[in-house]
Amino acid sequence: MKKDWNNGILLLVEKQFSFAIPFGIIPLYLLLFSQSIMQDIKLPLHQRHEELGGKIIPFAGFLMPVRYSSDKDEHNTVREKVGIFDVSHMGEFKVTGSGSLEFLQYITSNDVSRLVPGMAQYSCLPNENGGIVDDLIVYMIDTDHYFLVVNAGNIEKDWNWISQYKNDNVVLENVSDNYCLFAIQGPLAEKTLQKLTDTPLSTIKYYHFMMGNLTGIHNVMISATGYTGAGGFEVYLPKEKALEVWNSILKVGEEFGIKPIGLGARDTLRMEMGFCLYGNDINDTTSPIEAGLGWITKFSKDFIGKAVIEKVKEQGPTKKLVGFKMQERGIPRSGYKIVDGQGNEIGEVTSGTMSPSMDVGIGLGYVKVEYMAPDTDIFIDIRNKHIKAKIHKLPLLTS
Amino acid sequence: MNVPDNLKYTNDHEWVLVEGDIATIGITDFAQGELGDIVYLDVTTVGEEIEQGEVFGTVEAVKTVSDLFMPLSGEVLEFNDLLENEPEKVNESPYEEGWVIKIKLSNVEEVNSLFSSETYKGLIGG
Repeated sequence: MKKDWNNGILLLVEKQFSFAIPFGIIPLYLLLFSQSIMQDIKLPLHQRHEELGGKIIPFAGFLMPVRYSSDKDEHNTVREKVGIFDVSHMGEFKVTGSGSLEFLQYITSNDVSRLVPGMAQYSCLPNENGGIVDDLIVYMIDTDHYFLVVNAGNIEKDWNWISQYKNDNVVLENVSDNYCLFAIQGPLAEKTLQKLTDTPLSTIKYYHFMMGNLTGIHNVMISATGYTGAGGFEVYLPKEKALEVWNSILKVGEEFGIKPIGLGARDTLRMEMGFCLYGNDINDTTSPIEAGLGWITKFSKDFIGKAVIEKVKEQGPTKKLVGFKMQERGIPRSGYKIVDGQGNEIGEVTSGTMSPSMDVGIGLGYVKVEYMAPDTDIFIDIRNKHIKAKIHKLPLLTS
Repeated sequence: MNVPDNLKYTNDHEWVLVEGDIATIGITDFAQGELGDIVYLDVTTVGEEIEQGEVFGTVEAVKTVSDLFMPLSGEVLEFNDLLENEPEKVNESPYEEGWVIKIKLSNVEEVNSLFSSETYKGLIGG
């Protein structure tokens, strides 16, 4: 008897993002859950999420709302209207000092010198072997003043990693505990948020930000970023003001149909866009080139692991992260094998779900490069059945 | 959490309604809540004799997949056809419209191994 859940429980503990909660192991899961309550950190708005009906799960060292009502409904709310996510688990580091730019150029793969104040940049922290320590967003606040946003599960790892490379001209502060981060996402996000600020939101371009007032709180970073592909903003708030802002946003968003959105929908939304999730699609051993992150890897400057990554690029990677859509009924899941028409293994699924927008199974995974071209037929091994899928260019979401 | 008193339950979060030597089987309200939106059920074992504790199918939700286990030994007589097109009935009505299979029991004695609603409530902490 094949028990997928043996794999599932490992994923739940070891990987950042898995909701494998199969029947047979719910008691074990609850046991782990109750133990983890003692070590996992509650978000500042924990109680509010419970009041809103949020189902709370441990994720990346935090207790997070995975859903409030239904994954599908929350997903569709973000695609069609507006939703608000509490992603305060994310880590924030402040970088200041005259050596900031030089430091960031060396520890990140993207070209920080292209930033001007008010701009943000998606990037990654490569390691010396050309793998990825984490992916992150670098915000340029001002000359010699940057703000890094890193994955929750990697806060300590990243901090230890980047601290090794700083010199006396760089001041690093881990300010993760000072901030709450809310993402307001969806086609009506701007209308919603605009009711609470005089900052002209329509003028903030994608991956740009402004410091503005929000519900009377000064100097809030309002960033046109997000992880959903639905458009919208992320706001970084002092945590003592966060509850008030959360409630205000839900209130003014009522007329637009706003709902609180959990991690479940966050995951399905990002998968439809083909955005990588650290721990699933990228990790310490995957190259940015393999992961399709060549566009944030700039060889015009020196950085950690550059020589190794450059070599991968020159020689060509042997495997590549691709998106795919199921052609037959079936839902790909992380860890499933990808095979060819003869059943030979050609890769592995790293993220998968049913797409609520398209009502079809979708996934991301690594395949041998000869299978990476769009429209190539592949098969996903789902419980020993080979179910047909097709490589699809990103984003996977098409109307 | 809805746990009807007239049903029997298992450790795998399934419910059983025993009527003579026929049992109707579904997943509990707790289980559907843990799984989230159910996308489809894969049950291809109609006509098969399956032992207690063995897998008779799988349930795919948006975020996860789970095996379905036989709460009792027997022959799978019928899969709830309604779920082919409306799998969400398992979320909406887990104890009625959302039943999953009917089986013919091969060993009625096994019914004694099932939990009462009280015991099951204790198991799920409700």
